[in-house]
Amino acid sequence: MGDEESGRNSGESSRRTFLSIGAAVGGALLACSDSGDTPAGDSVKRTGKPPDEYGERSPFEKSVRKGSVSRYPEAGSTRTPLQDSHGIITPSSLHFERHHAGVPLIDPAEHRLLIHGLVERPLILTMDELKTFPSVSRIHFIECSGNSRGEWKPKKGATAQISHGMASCSEWTGVPLSVLLDEAGVKPEAAWLIAEGADACKMHRSLPLEKCRDDVIVAYGQNGEAIRPEQGYPLRLVAPGHEGNINVKWVRRLMLADQPAMGREETSKYTDVLADGKARQFSLTMESKSVITRPSGGQKLPGPGFVEITGLAWSGRGLIERVEVSTDNGATWTDATLQEPRHRIAFTRFRLPWTWDGTPTVILSRATDETGYVQPAVEALVEARGPNSDYHNNGIKSWKIAADGSVTHA
Amino acid sequence: MFVLAGLLVGAGAAQSPTYKVGRAPTADEVKAWSITIFPDGTGLPEGSGTAAEGKEVYARRCSECHGTTGQGGESSALVGGQGSLASAKPLKTVGSYWPYATTLWDYVNRTMPFHNPGILTDDQVYSVVAYVLHLNEIVGENEEMNRQTLPKVKMPNRDGFINDDRPDVGPKSEK
Ligand code: HEC
Repeated sequence: MGDEESGRNSGESSRRTFLSIGAAVGGALLACSDSGDTPAGDSVKRTGKPPDEYGERSPFEKSVRKGSVSRYPEAGSTRTPLQDSHGIITPSSLHFERHHAGVPLIDPAEHRLLIHGLVERPLILTMDELKTFPSVSRIHFIECSGNSRGEWKPKKGATAQISHGMASCSEWTGVPLSVLLDEAGVKPEAAWLIAEGADACKMHRSLPLEKCRDDVIVAYGQNGEAIRPEQGYPLRLVAPGHEGNINVKWVRRLMLADQPAMGREETSKYTDVLADGKARQFSLTMESKSVITRPSGGQKLPGPGFVEITGLAWSGRGLIERVEVSTDNGATWTDATLQEPRHRIAFTRFRLPWTWDGTPTVILSRATDETGYVQPAVEALVEARGPNSDYHNNGIKSWKIAADGSVTHA
Repeated sequence: MFVLAGLLVGAGAAQSPTYKVGRAPTADEVKAWSITIFPDGTGLPEGSGTAAEGKEVYARRCSECHGTTGQGGESSALVGGQGSLASAKPLKTVGSYWPYATTLWDYVNRTMPFHNPGILTDDQVYSVVAYVLHLNEIVGENEEMNRQTLPKVKMPNRDGFINDDRPDVGPKSEK
């Protein structure tokens, strides 16, 4: 497929792209109905590419993870382009990243998991041995508790990727942690699990043991294949609903203890300073949240007419029960349709058909989870926590639609 | 359904291993892997150091990123900010924010220097930890830090944390 053709397609699409984000992506999709000459372009005239061993996306697809440039890139992050997402699964290659010491290269044949501390039978397991245990596959989001950190400030994220892209959703496969804990025999004095990774910072976090009994997975699979290196290859903890950092990647050691480690990431970081100067610690649960991904910041409506408003909602406490959308800056709210089947502690796609009459407005969404908790306004969070609570911002996000159809942060 | 299956298998297996997979680690293996230092000092190795000794370690191994005085470097400030937490601009450092001195030992030993963690000896970790604490005016220049003394160091923000009490907004917070 020549450059000639892709050039032509993207040129033509610029007239009509329904929601243009400046990429050739929309162009490629619309070109067939749009080009005016043949209904399907030149693809019908020549044979295409033969089968291949490991697939790649179309060269017309340009959506990528983006991060900010930092002095120490190994302690950096990238965000998922949520504005381009379909359905509820994040492609593994677009799952957000947050590393504290870079992505280690680990040979699975060399990797070991040590389970020790307050257990009857300390264990060392190889990857092959781990895969002989009973396994589960579940769809869960993972969200960095620093996601939407910029949304505390008046100058807010211009796109859904910037404001909410440190959340992603995958199907994870692995051994239930409870199976491994029972195999090792947890002693009654044990109250905490300390998980540690095999990266250069030996990332470690403490998790109350009662949370480990629920649905934590020691995972080796992501979206049908081995976990990606950036996501913890060959082994990670998936602790559904808990802040991203707890989902320790490259996990090599699980220690049972009677106290938490009080490591740097549960004291200096991931704690929130409240108005009186006290800081809240062990805020593990990611609370109910949602964001409209289309139309969202950086996109443009082609003109008045039909628009499907769609977005993602999630809660660390379980199922999303309801998502309401307002197209008049919060004056009135309408229930969006939730994509079924819904999964606990997973992205839930919502959709609402709407006709835009061409007048400037503000659109927003708010999610309610199965506990009845309703996603609050950012102002309500600031009211409760003060202005310097760094992490755990699950406030409502609004987008402004201008008369020319362009969408920006409200 | 999956959840249930997992829990049932788990419950039945509480006393003896079900799958007989894996092997027991040797005592040396466990020792080599166990780097967690707890607030009560559990895990701290033998060895010691003072701020006076740590000054040189810091200058050689840390100051390029954290600044010669623990401030003004390209990476996180390690010094300052005491009394700032309730202000409009809290400065969170080892001195103003960290509740336990043991966390500093654990973190420096496991993670620093950033590009080559693990190069410091236990004595060097004790001394550079003493130096960072001294820069924050928490310990004296010649006060020896070791596995007995370090856990007893009272950090200024030791009592500055509360456990998660959310939800803190909306109908659920009014219960
Ligand atoms: C090459 C640069 C570099 C060097 C050298 C270095 N650090 Fe760091 N340090 C960093 C970076 C980057 C981080 C933040 C890592 C992250 O984001 O997780 C950090 C974080 C820290 C923190 C945590 C700060 C906080 O408030 O959470 C401490 C403490 C620390 N370093 C101490 C030291 C000590 C002691 C040394 C010398 C033995 C040292 N560092 C050497 C780059 C460096």
